[in-house]
Amino acid sequence: MMRRSFVPVLALAAVMFAAAPVLIARAPYETTMGLVQKIFYFHVPSAMMMFVSAFVCGIASAVFLFGRAPRADRVALAGAELVAVFGLVVLVTGPIWARKAWGVWWQWDARLTSSLLLWMIFLAYLLLRRYGGPGADRLSAGLALFGMANVPFVYWSVNVWRTLHPKTTVVPSLDPAMRPAFWWAVLAFTLLYAAVFAARLRLEDQRARLEALFLELDE
Amino acid sequence: MSDPGSLATFLRVTWLVTRKDLTVEMRSREILYTTTFFAASCVLVFAFSFVRDGRPLDAAAAGILWIAIAFAGTLALGRTFERERVNETLHALMLAPSDRPAVYAGKLAGILVLLGAVEAVLVPLVALLFQAPLFAHPGHLALLLVVGTLGFAAVGTLFAAMLVRARSRDVLLPVLLYPITVPVIIAGVRGTAALIAPDAGGVAAARAWIGMLVFFDAVFVTLALWTFEAVMTE
Repeated sequence: MMRRSFVPVLALAAVMFAAAPVLIARAPYETTMGLVQKIFYFHVPSAMMMFVSAFVCGIASAVFLFGRAPRADRVALAGAELVAVFGLVVLVTGPIWARKAWGVWWQWDARLTSSLLLWMIFLAYLLLRRYGGPGADRLSAGLALFGMANVPFVYWSVNVWRTLHPKTTVVPSLDPAMRPAFWWAVLAFTLLYAAVFAARLRLEDQRARLEALFLELDE
Repeated sequence: MSDPGSLATFLRVTWLVTRKDLTVEMRSREILYTTTFFAASCVLVFAFSFVRDGRPLDAAAAGILWIAIAFAGTLALGRTFERERVNETLHALMLAPSDRPAVYAGKLAGILVLLGAVEAVLVPLVALLFQAPLFAHPGHLALLLVVGTLGFAAVGTLFAAMLVRARSRDVLLPVLLYPITVPVIIAGVRGTAALIAPDAGGVAAARAWIGMLVFFDAVFVTLALWTFEAVMTE
């Protein structure tokens, strides 16, 4: 199923990304930030995909660790890699926006800090998988579980840590006229995510199959 | 031998593992001495970066204390499990017909005793060198240190145990441990700062941080006991 729908999904995502600038250009200007607010249409959907992917990785890791399903491990790996990719988009577009809106590249705001930490946990996950040697799949599944459990604590502690030093932040409340462009972008990112995820999972499945065939040949 | 699933057996195995670790440690005192010295040299290095014109920066002491604890803790965790790896004794522990979570609890208790000894040296040292009134609220500070160290060590013991079989374990331990224990570091630093700097919230703020740490400890000790068996199975 995945294989047959891969090309149409990717093509649809490409068309939607091609059309996105038109919708974004037609959306109204935000009154205080002006043009720079347009980065929002790429920044927020990537952040959404990053959190979805982190969730996918965490759930799959739990299934792998306790249900011992080898495919869940491959799902978790694909999820973790996509957290790193979409997180990078978030962490590149974020400071560009912040530089114009707040005047600084980075602010130790609660949401920024917790996103950065979540991203770092998944980078640690990938480092463990790459350099951990044999058995790293189980270890990284344990790490992903701990990372998931950590999210509320990070969010709470960073929030309290910051509210001790309050600063005015610009909270974008969505104008109804901005909604079409925003949801268009969200859908485009979701399709892109699904296509890349399917491709990555297929690659990992093929690798596992190849390894199984090798082992069969050896015997 | 009593029923293997009972609490009494669990506690007995925990105690045996802890006693074994402490006996091994007391024969050489290797980890205790090296870790304490390392923590003290951390404090010294920070002193050079955070003291200007003979006066420490405000509330720097809280940060320095907790960074030294985190660094020294990583070192102690690494060494404790390196000892088990070199002698293949972790494998033997895993083969023992006992609850595996009890092995984890025993290792955790051993690490806590070690870190407690390091902190007993570290806290007066930081108070002395940075003129920090760390002993103004001794009860609250002790509580903060206990729950903070427990949170750090609960995650650290599980990760160090998992990494025993992994390649590049020395580098990977801090890489995995620090992002996960950030809430402990924030709570420890902010809680300690609240106790030593009057404008940082005082005892009420410290209590809020201690509350969060108790919750963190409960979640992560439970999660570690629950996953220990699964991640340690080869």
